[in-house]
Amino acid sequence: MPDVSDFILKLQRRRIEGSHATARQTAELLRFVVSQHRMPHTNQTASLLEAVRAVGEQLIAANPVELAVGNIVRRVLHIIREEDSSAVSFEGLQISEKSDDEEDVERKGGPLLSAASVAAASRSTLRPRSLQTLLEDGPAPIVPSNSSSNGDSEGRSKSDKSARSKRLKHAVIEAINLLIEEINSCYDDISEQAVEHIHHKQVILTLGRSKTVKEFLYAAKQKNRSFRVFVAEGAPRYQGHVLAKELIQKGLETTVITDSAIFAMISRVNMVIVGAHAIMANGGVIAPVGMNMLALAAQRHAVPFVVVAGSHKLCPLYSHSPEVLLNELKSPSDLIDFGEFSDCMDFGARGGAPLMHVVNPTFDYVPPKLVSLFITDTGGHNASHMYKLIADYYSADDLVIKRTTTS
Amino acid sequence: MDLRRPNRPVIGPKVRQVGFVTPDSSSVAAAASSSNPTVVATTSPGSPPSSLSPVMIPPPRHPSTEINNSHYHHIGSYNPSEQILGSPPVLSPSRSSRFEADGSDFGEDDEESMALSGVGGGMTPKGSLVMPQPVAKTEPLVSETNKRDSNVSKGKGAGPSVATKEKLTRAERRAAQEAQRAAKAAAKEAASSGGVPPASKQPKTSTKLIPQQKKDGIAGSGPTQAIAPAGSIEKKQGKKEVVAPHPRMQFDDMTKVGKLKKRAVVNQSEARNRVELFRHLPQYEHGTQLPDLELKYFQLEPIHPSVYQVGLQFLSDKISGGNARCIAMLLAFKEVIQDYTTPPEKTLTRDLTTKINSCVSFLTECRPLSVSMGNAIRFLKNRISSIPHNLADKEAKSSLQSDIDRFINEKIIIAGKAIVEHGVSKIRDRDVLLTYGSPSVVESIFAYAHEIKKNFRVVVVDSRPKHEGQNLLRRLVERGIQCTYTHINAVSYVMHEVTRVFLGASSVLSNGTVYSRVGTACVAMVAHAFRVPVLVCCEAYKFHDRVQLDSICSNELGDPDAISKVYGRKDLDYLDSWAQNENLQLLNLKYDATPSDYVSVLVTEQGMLPPTSVPVIIREYGIERLWT
Repeated sequence: MPDVSDFILKLQRRRIEGSHATARQTAELLRFVVSQHRMPHTNQTASLLEAVRAVGEQLIAANPVELAVGNIVRRVLHIIREEDSSAVSFEGLQISEKSDDEEDVERKGGPLLSAASVAAASRSTLRPRSLQTLLEDGPAPIVPSNSSSNGDSEGRSKSDKSARSKRLKHAVIEAINLLIEEINSCYDDISEQAVEHIHHKQVILTLGRSKTVKEFLYAAKQKNRSFRVFVAEGAPRYQGHVLAKELIQKGLETTVITDSAIFAMISRVNMVIVGAHAIMANGGVIAPVGMNMLALAAQRHAVPFVVVAGSHKLCPLYSHSPEVLLNELKSPSDLIDFGEFSDCMDFGARGGAPLMHVVNPTFDYVPPKLVSLFITDTGGHNASHMYKLIADYYSADDLVIKRTTTS
Repeated sequence: MDLRRPNRPVIGPKVRQVGFVTPDSSSVAAAASSSNPTVVATTSPGSPPSSLSPVMIPPPRHPSTEINNSHYHHIGSYNPSEQILGSPPVLSPSRSSRFEADGSDFGEDDEESMALSGVGGGMTPKGSLVMPQPVAKTEPLVSETNKRDSNVSKGKGAGPSVATKEKLTRAERRAAQEAQRAAKAAAKEAASSGGVPPASKQPKTSTKLIPQQKKDGIAGSGPTQAIAPAGSIEKKQGKKEVVAPHPRMQFDDMTKVGKLKKRAVVNQSEARNRVELFRHLPQYEHGTQLPDLELKYFQLEPIHPSVYQVGLQFLSDKISGGNARCIAMLLAFKEVIQDYTTPPEKTLTRDLTTKINSCVSFLTECRPLSVSMGNAIRFLKNRISSIPHNLADKEAKSSLQSDIDRFINEKIIIAGKAIVEHGVSKIRDRDVLLTYGSPSVVESIFAYAHEIKKNFRVVVVDSRPKHEGQNLLRRLVERGIQCTYTHINAVSYVMHEVTRVFLGASSVLSNGTVYSRVGTACVAMVAHAFRVPVLVCCEAYKFHDRVQLDSICSNELGDPDAISKVYGRKDLDYLDSWAQNENLQLLNLKYDATPSDYVSVLVTEQGMLPPTSVPVIIREYGIERLWT
């Protein structure tokens, strides 16, 4: 059974590699939290939200750079709200059937949310529902007003409250299960689209290693497309070597190049496909270090720069200069051998302040104008369209609430 | 002498360009008796032809053409038969092409002035004016281009493979020369042996010799004249194959590679998984040549030990960096010259050139030449070929050695100092300066700026696999300069705080492209994106009149194994067992080409220029190179 403090420790120590694993484990942990949550008699939704939020806050604080944690927490909060509203609407419908003395609010909320409940039935992917909700109840703020009114209505109709609380919890857990499934299956959904983008004899450049990219290329290979891949090794982690190894195992023609040769080689490349660490609300990408350089080179030579990423990487936040604020500086030992440079470090000691600094950032920020296309599990999107996707996945309430609670 | 004078104009103004001088005994004697005249000639009348810049020296030209002009009438009448043979339209293009070949814009100019003078001089129709040229024309043209070819091919070691290419046909050429020699045997051996070297002389030297040359050309013995074109043509053919199609050896041409291999001193086994895109470049397995070479040490007679040593140092990367390699090579050549004695029945100019050539080809086998080395070799060969024949070995050698010293001193060391002066002026207090790799000039700029108490910080960006930046970092920190070290991927992270980017260059090509350590283009690009000025520091002797658009057509490949193994990171051995997989290719590119629009300014000893001015400098510098 997942343990919150254990998971926090892992996050703090950066034991969990990759946003995909983080996302999955976060979702599992939150499912556990929800299932363990003891439902109070009143205001169940709010208490559940509060519980998830409290855990989420700790998780986010444990590794603020791993945006997937925050994304999943927000997704779960969103799920709770939706489940709650659908439950309410379901009840509301029932109520409207039974008794006609309903409040205005309830009446208004009823039909609107019934549509959502219908959509909730087909939740396997959030796609269809999201579109519908977009069209039908466009203004997001309606949802919170509903949920708050729900609490009131909940209090009023206490008769079948225990049944409903069970139903809510159950529905939330179900939805989280679907979310986990979605995270697990995002590779398949993304790589399904590979054949639409990769043609015969194409030359593809990628940097570092991303499992999504790997699956994407595998899928194209399975469809008997023969193409060539250049892999920039992605110093200082050299994950490109791992990717290269995986690709040659599948029989793909792979060329490993140094990161410094990116500019030299980009002119012979037809497409750049990279993974991302997170996708920001403005369509910017937080990606492994070096990606900005690659994107600039691709732009210079008009090579399409394609980012493949699961929807759990969509981050509703946007911070100013994310390359500095949402970055993580790793140990200098990746770049420099301490033993070799110990003498230089002594020089620093003489004058007080050290003379030598080593900068080893983990992430890079690629501005949206450099990204040609995002391929997520819901299809291809333009950078300017990312905010819409984000609006589908997260309720606007949580962004604000999160910020106030974290502050 | 007087008799010959009227004839001189036959070769007319063009003669100034004539490379082919057949100094027979009389001319040699003349040269010997009047060593001064030649010098005088070089400085004054000789200047026009070699004045490559129209801006600089047009005036002297007109007087000289006028002088010649007076002879033109004779010419016209002299060679009526050639008039028929050579039609003017054909001539002028060939002529201008010749001039272009020389890199001068004078072709047109010259013709005009001639035409003018011709018309003014004596109503001679332009046709007749020009016509005489065929005689002189064909011959000088051939010899000229041929000379140029030889210069280019040998000197232009710029193309790392050029020398090797040349080597390919050396056998043929030699065979042809042998034939030629046999033909000449009837005449005089001395004349023939003396006849060829001047051909490879610079225009300037040929101009000096105009008087004698003309005499020879017309009044001289029949054989010599006949031989001259023949020899040059044959030579040209040999050359053409080498140089004309590609300035650099293309390694995807199997026949050429095969020939090359037969002759190669260094046995290099080809890398198993060659990168498809780079089939035209040599891709060898590294580390296999050293033991082989060591074994061969005692068999390799013709190669001087010091050259051998330098070659091995290149091979093992002990010496790297454009300047360091160039200096090492020149010093080795200096020793070669020191130990050189002209074999009997050979001339120094010729024999030493071949000797140097063999050294160059050896060095090329060890590692392709850099542009700077190519230029230095070209310089050295010019010097060798311009040595008067009558000069004693000892003096010739000492003059060559002092030439080499002067080149190192002027073109590299003093130029470096001038660049430092210029570069420092662009450093302000509280600047954050970024550099990439370990450019020697930039390092001295930083050092000097620190000495004069400028307050700045340096960001050293480094890259795999050579990690040259670490050495720079160490040296800068030892000097007490505050440094930040990072790798190339993080360059856009550090670029925020950077105010100036200082880069080095292996060479600057005439379209403004900066050919430099791989990664330089990335850094310049990011700096450009962040609106940070990029200063490229480069001595003018590294300029080259080649153009290049990408980093693929000509480049150098390093050891692919360096890619799969990460130095100092034993935990990273993902590719170890896979290196032999046929699907895996490891590309270790050594250079890349930075487009000129990323370069804000080029810091050279000539001043700070935009990269678009490189061709201008090349033109100006061309003169200088000739004079030194």
